[in-house]
Amino acid sequence: MELLVALIIGVLTACGVYLVLRRRSFPVVLGLTMLSYGVNLFLFAMGRLTIGRPAVIQADAAGYADPLPQALVLTAIVISFAMTAFVIVLALKARSELDTDHVDGRGES
Amino acid sequence: MLLLILTVFVGAPLAAWVARFGRIQSAWAAGLVTIVAVLQLITLMPAVFEGETLIHQWDWMPRAGLNLSFRLDGLGLLFALLILGIGLLVILYARYYLAARDCMGRFYAYLLLFMGAMLGIVLSENIIQLLVFWELTSLTSFLLISYWQERADARQGARMALAVTGAGGLAMLGGFVLLGHIVGSYELSVILQSGDVIRAHPLYLPTLVLILLGAFTKSAQFPFHFWLPNAMSAPTPVSAYLHSATMVKAGVFLLARLFPALSGTPEWSALVGGAGLATLLVGAVFALFKHDLKGLLAYSTISHLGLITLLFGIGTPLAAVAGVFHIINHAIFKASLFMAAGIIDHETGSRDMRRINGLWKYMPHTAMLAMVAAAAMAGVPLLNGFLSKEMFFAEAVSASTHLRLGWLLPATVTVAGVFAVAYSFRFIHDVFFNGEPVDLPKSPHEPPRWMKVPVEMLVALCLLVGILPALTVEPLLTLASSGMLNQPVPDFDLALWHGFNIALAMSVVALVGGGLLYVARQPLFELHDRFEHRLQAKPLFDRTIGGVLGAAGAITRALDTGSLQRLVALFVAFAAVLGISGFVASDSPLTGPRDLLPVDGISLLAAGGLAAAALATVIMHRQRLVSLILIGVVGLVVSLVFVKFSAPDLALTQLSVEVVTIVLLLLALYFLPRRQQPDSHPGHRARDVVLSVVAGGGVAALAWAVLTRPYDTIADFFLANSVPGGGGTNVVNVILVDFRGYDTLGEITVLALAALGIFAMLEGLHLKGPTRDDEGRPWSPDMHPPVMASLTRLLLPLALLVSAFIFLRGHNQPGGGFIAGLVTAVALIMQYLANGVAWTQSRLPANMHPVLAMGLLVATLTGLASWLFGHPFLTSTYTYLYWPLVGKFEVASAMVFDLGVYLVVVGATLLILIHLGLMHSASHQAPADTGDYR
Repeated sequence: MELLVALIIGVLTACGVYLVLRRRSFPVVLGLTMLSYGVNLFLFAMGRLTIGRPAVIQADAAGYADPLPQALVLTAIVISFAMTAFVIVLALKARSELDTDHVDGRGES
Repeated sequence: MLLLILTVFVGAPLAAWVARFGRIQSAWAAGLVTIVAVLQLITLMPAVFEGETLIHQWDWMPRAGLNLSFRLDGLGLLFALLILGIGLLVILYARYYLAARDCMGRFYAYLLLFMGAMLGIVLSENIIQLLVFWELTSLTSFLLISYWQERADARQGARMALAVTGAGGLAMLGGFVLLGHIVGSYELSVILQSGDVIRAHPLYLPTLVLILLGAFTKSAQFPFHFWLPNAMSAPTPVSAYLHSATMVKAGVFLLARLFPALSGTPEWSALVGGAGLATLLVGAVFALFKHDLKGLLAYSTISHLGLITLLFGIGTPLAAVAGVFHIINHAIFKASLFMAAGIIDHETGSRDMRRINGLWKYMPHTAMLAMVAAAAMAGVPLLNGFLSKEMFFAEAVSASTHLRLGWLLPATVTVAGVFAVAYSFRFIHDVFFNGEPVDLPKSPHEPPRWMKVPVEMLVALCLLVGILPALTVEPLLTLASSGMLNQPVPDFDLALWHGFNIALAMSVVALVGGGLLYVARQPLFELHDRFEHRLQAKPLFDRTIGGVLGAAGAITRALDTGSLQRLVALFVAFAAVLGISGFVASDSPLTGPRDLLPVDGISLLAAGGLAAAALATVIMHRQRLVSLILIGVVGLVVSLVFVKFSAPDLALTQLSVEVVTIVLLLLALYFLPRRQQPDSHPGHRARDVVLSVVAGGGVAALAWAVLTRPYDTIADFFLANSVPGGGGTNVVNVILVDFRGYDTLGEITVLALAALGIFAMLEGLHLKGPTRDDEGRPWSPDMHPPVMASLTRLLLPLALLVSAFIFLRGHNQPGGGFIAGLVTAVALIMQYLANGVAWTQSRLPANMHPVLAMGLLVATLTGLASWLFGHPFLTSTYTYLYWPLVGKFEVASAMVFDLGVYLVVVGATLLILIHLGLMHSASHQAPADTGDYR
């Protein structure tokens, strides 16, 4: 299972990096979204993987997953939404000011 | 002592402010501030004269060894007196020197700031604090030297001084940190006691070299002397202050201050003595050939600083006493000489000694004062310069007996003495005699009465110290020397007459030889003129600076071509190189010993689906709608991953964020141009594929390495204290709203700021969306199908109920403010989507700013409320209530905080989406059909 999660994180990062390297703003935003999936999963995985033991205190629980990375990632998810929104609006603003959706604001080449 | 320094620093803006009421008032204010400071110093003096070392200390970061601490001993007292005393005279003098168009307030403010920084250096007990003041003197002297900002030479001179002394200060910081590392404390009282430890430490030499770099650059020691003559473009009062008593003396002060800790080794003697000797000679020789009056004084200052450094380098207690004595004497006569030069410049309009001649006739009074001061500089008997020079010669002779080729030292020193006498002669003869003035801009005359008073006072001091040393200077000198040596001072005899000895012979040789050298100066001048251009350090400095700037520019241009793609590619590549090289360099295996979890079929399927969806997103990223759907699939599978691995809160959050993200991207997509053709170069795409595969592989390997290793977690604390401390069984939520509530407060603030930033960017943004789809069909005018509209209206109360449920149970079961906020936002956005903005806005408040503000306010006030009960910020409490029917019910103050989180999330999400949606409807209502976009 660990290998599977590591591979997922790798695939998400690779796809995210490739998309971020595109020259139009929409794929770059998609890439950032993809990268934040990867990063959030990676951070989450720092607490190691646990199956069927949510961090909700119960009298008869055998053990719990590490709640700390979860709390970290929970806010990270919300913040990455804010970041995605910010970037996409920035892209719209650039599009309106520069009349191009090239990430460097260059004209059509 | 803190009060003393604060007085001066507070006085600076005061002087600038008072300048509104008149130029003279500003001078008065600066003078009064200085007098108050002097009075404060005088109240501290008796204790110091009784042999006490006053230390005032306030803890700041005691564990890091950083404290606000001040120290007043003999050495500090002497320097503080020089700084304040000469400062007061300079303030008086500058009042007459500055022209009507010069801004008085600015001048006095800078001067007082500089004075405060200098006082900070000499009164610091903590060496890091000392360094802060040291850098402050560099900065304020930059402001003072470039006071005439409109002049290019002033700006260049100031920049050079700042670059050289600033670089030295940086080296000194390194030295101080090493020193603190060796001793284990940054406090001077500890450092000065630990001389033996420091000298025996293997890091002694680097420490010494770094600290000396700082001292030498500040005190203009060879080969860093070149900034000082170029700083002569400053107004003369500034030169008189900076180059007699203060700025350049900071370097020798530091040598004196750390003398007990660092001196007494061969390295110290070689470095300090060598630099001092070279500076002494170079400065004396160059001074003779300067035609500029201030240039001559500048090089003479360099030479005298070399003399003091050489004395400290010799390292015997008596030599140290002589060094301190010369510091006093040089400050007095050099300040008066600079002031005299300023008067001459002021009243004749020129500083060129080839043009100002024969001024005796025009300004006999000034001439008399300048001649006495110059004679003191030359070391003529009955003046203070003679006494310290005599001690210096005696020390040079006694030091020479320990050295191989020892006779060279007294010989070189005598040669320097000869040149010193020669340039002093030149100062007197060329300026005041030697024929008639040549083509002067102004007809010379005596200056205003009060402009001469500071010079008169200083010259009187020269005479008093020179004739009656035992009555005037000896107590202070003894005190300062004992403060410097940190031990009782050896017996010394300040007298005019020591009998016939070698030192006297050297003085006579210097005086006679200097006179002869001056008489025979013409051939030497011609020789110098021939080689002068080769000896200039300024072009070299300019070339070096230019080279550094050019290289930096070239590197920046090579890395940053203004292309985001290139920068990101470089960034990823460097990160990959660092990661791979780090992995190769370590010998630990990739796979750790942790037991692995078994793989099941559904997980495999989900992972395969996720990978396929992610790759498909990349491949089809030009078909925007498809790629958006695909990335939604990726997000859904990610939330399934969270479900699988015991993170229900994360899964809920991811799920609701996913919905909001997709809606957001859909809205934005409408305004971005469609593009079908790939427009990246194939080579670029190959590069990007390689980069992303390497990056992904690296991250996967890293994740694998971490996942297979066991670890220690601090989670046990949270798990154990969640119920008794936070009153909730959902540990993730308790961490968010209680244990780490402060972080959460920061995060929701970021969220609110991002939303406001987006709002600001959207304001005034007008984008035209397409009116037809890809096949050229116009968009349907029926934006809100009735079935969907009715259904969502029905769903709204249900969705809100769910969100309330999630919010309330959040403390004990998966849920909480973040998730509930997102669910509410989704429910409301559905209304916008299905019913249109106008319909929804007439029923719901559109302005989300109050919601955001309320949320932040509620969260912060919850935190502040715990102060009322005497607990730290954001301490939470909880209790149980018994409701009829419901039964036992828990109420925690953290829930109020969670309410704040909820409000911020709802407010931010809606603010973003509603305003993007509003742009949409605006572009829809644009009547003109402009045809297909692009």
